[in-house]
Amino acid sequence: MSGTFVGMPAFPKAAHEAVGNTTLRANLRHATHTIRDKRAKAVAELDDWARLREAGKQIKDHTLRHLDHYLVRLEEAVTTAGGTVHWAADADEANRIVTGLVKETGESEVVKVKSMATQEIGLNEALEAAGIRAYETDLAELIVQLGKDRPSHILVPAIHRNRGEIRDIFEREMGPWGRPAPEHLTDAPAELAEAARLHLREKFLRAKVGVSGANFMVAETGTLVVVESEGNGRMCLTLPETLISVVGIEKIVPTWRDLEVFLQTLPRSSTAERMNPYTSMWTGTTDGDGPDTFHLVLLDNGRTDTLADDVGRQALRCIRCSACLNVCPVYERAGGHAYGSVYPGPIGAILSPQLRGTASAIDASLPYASSLCGACYEVCPVAIDIPEVLVHLRERVVQGGEFTRHGAKVTLKPARGHAAERAAMRAAGMVFGRPGLLRAGQRLAARTRRVHPRTLPGPGRAWSATRDLPKVPGESFRDWWQRTGGGQEGEA
Amino acid sequence: MTNKEEPALRVALFLTCVNDTLYPDTGRAVVKLLTRLGVDVDFPAAQTCCGQAHYNTGYRHQAEPLARHFSDVFGEYEAIVTPSGSCGAMVRELYPRIGERARAEGRGDGLARTLAPVVQRTYELTEFLVDVLGVTDVGAYYPHTVTYHPTCHGLRSLGLGDRPARLLAAVRGLDLLELPGATECCGFGGTFAVKNPDVSAAMGADKVRNAESTGAEVLCAADNSCLMHLGGTMARLRTAMRPVHIAEILASTEEEPWS
Repeated sequence: MSGTFVGMPAFPKAAHEAVGNTTLRANLRHATHTIRDKRAKAVAELDDWARLREAGKQIKDHTLRHLDHYLVRLEEAVTTAGGTVHWAADADEANRIVTGLVKETGESEVVKVKSMATQEIGLNEALEAAGIRAYETDLAELIVQLGKDRPSHILVPAIHRNRGEIRDIFEREMGPWGRPAPEHLTDAPAELAEAARLHLREKFLRAKVGVSGANFMVAETGTLVVVESEGNGRMCLTLPETLISVVGIEKIVPTWRDLEVFLQTLPRSSTAERMNPYTSMWTGTTDGDGPDTFHLVLLDNGRTDTLADDVGRQALRCIRCSACLNVCPVYERAGGHAYGSVYPGPIGAILSPQLRGTASAIDASLPYASSLCGACYEVCPVAIDIPEVLVHLRERVVQGGEFTRHGAKVTLKPARGHAAERAAMRAAGMVFGRPGLLRAGQRLAARTRRVHPRTLPGPGRAWSATRDLPKVPGESFRDWWQRTGGGQEGEA
Repeated sequence: MTNKEEPALRVALFLTCVNDTLYPDTGRAVVKLLTRLGVDVDFPAAQTCCGQAHYNTGYRHQAEPLARHFSDVFGEYEAIVTPSGSCGAMVRELYPRIGERARAEGRGDGLARTLAPVVQRTYELTEFLVDVLGVTDVGAYYPHTVTYHPTCHGLRSLGLGDRPARLLAAVRGLDLLELPGATECCGFGGTFAVKNPDVSAAMGADKVRNAESTGAEVLCAADNSCLMHLGGTMARLRTAMRPVHIAEILASTEEEPWS
């Protein structure tokens, strides 16, 4: 994945700062609660939601099971329709391919449609290194790019910014990138949108190369689909002479008809709309209509490894709607940056450690960035059981074992930093295996309860810094039960 | 144990290790409540822990012997009742998964078969009252204002729905006030509370503020683990409210008020 996040601290440390930032907390709370409530209403309108969700899950599972077959079918269909298909095993290879393709055109700038895959591989940075400037054209991505910032949400990457901050960024940064912001810009949404429109129009009309991702690829026809709200996507997909699309291999659906399910579930889950404003579909190239050269770069970058895990593979069903982010109480308080990945929130917590492995501090901590409350699973339109995968990945972190990395079987050692926990779990297992030991422990705790401290030292401070400890009663239930014959011999 | 003439329903109380050790009052309340409703309650003394903390922290293989032990202790009972949504969910939702994983690891379906009977016979307390005993009015009296927090595993894993609210609404003297943001997690999450203490504490404080905004005297839930976190937070924030397990409210009568 992108080098941008290398060296990120573990999640609890990164979240610590966000939790203390009251402006950020307020921005996130307002934004996530608004979209959360709207989604609930949009979903409640459909009486067949549960069936759509199940259908989406089954289509994705079927496709993933036969991914080799559908990928080849897609390649044939795209090639027949006049496109060229490239295969990229990892981020470096994908970046090399795209950089090479842009250089072949002789151009030194590209316009971009919002795309998670190109962020995942750090394409903008790779292009920059090759002397090619990539312009983000989605409004929120523009804000992030101009602000030299990182996205903090899948759907609304600038969710951590408020209107005042956006105005300041536009005023300061638009000039160096192209058309400057109008004078006396206020933070009124209409004015900010107009400033972006004027700034971007120049780019759309000049660009010879467009770069996109795709929400879906239809294997039977070779059609790619981009779903968006601003029309910037339509501009980038139709005006340039060359179009390069970088798409994760899991984005396939077998047939055109399968789109019927996802074009209902995706807009309602993401923007809470019945239908998104712009749905662009293209199949190869068409003479005199749209780009005359089309390249599709199919990206693996850890997806085949993820597919090899029978529990973790369900993460590949994800259609990037971000409903799970919007309902997540942890995301709401920690913010997107704490997840150290372009995929934040619950889905990021199960996707990043699978795509990147669990070797780094941030990736080994992500499976624990959840209270397992299950709100994410409840709203997921393709029924990814995120808590199940989180627990599965925790097991991988503490226990290690055999996994697939870069297509080969590897044996992972248990992660460091869990030795005390492992010992505690073993001790607890021993006590709980012998009721007599449990009773002895309870009696010891009861006898010493008058000298129990109110706060704990060392790791226990994590509890007692903000919460009182429960008071240990004078008698455990099991002792009471034995003493009173199940409560029949009167209370003491 | 009971003087009733009809043969009483005989059930095992799976109290949970947390309640046994820290909240024996909740256990006594369950015994009092069920006995009043004609249920013959047994507390198998060999019970310990369901293994939830092990499982959810990534120690599934260490949870297995605890699941087997649970099955040894409770396997013979007609019904197993627990006053904990999350421990109930461990047995009902995660024991089958432990069995499945063992099978996927090539260890056959022995574990799944061993655990199946306890999976089918385990009920969370409010579920047992409403679905098995068929009562919503348990004859309780509790003259206080109460707001109810539906804990995540009770709500989403077990699907308790409005059962707890129906039970509380039928309690005489009780004024049930709606909790804003009720379905949001309180931030306990087992080891999450200490692995991510900042986020956990922020979630707890928000939940307590929401509960306070109702003006209720009592924050009620059907899981003492969440209440331990919320009660500890309330004490630290010097909130006038107190946490009370639903069993203690339902056990309370006019003749014998619960503490």
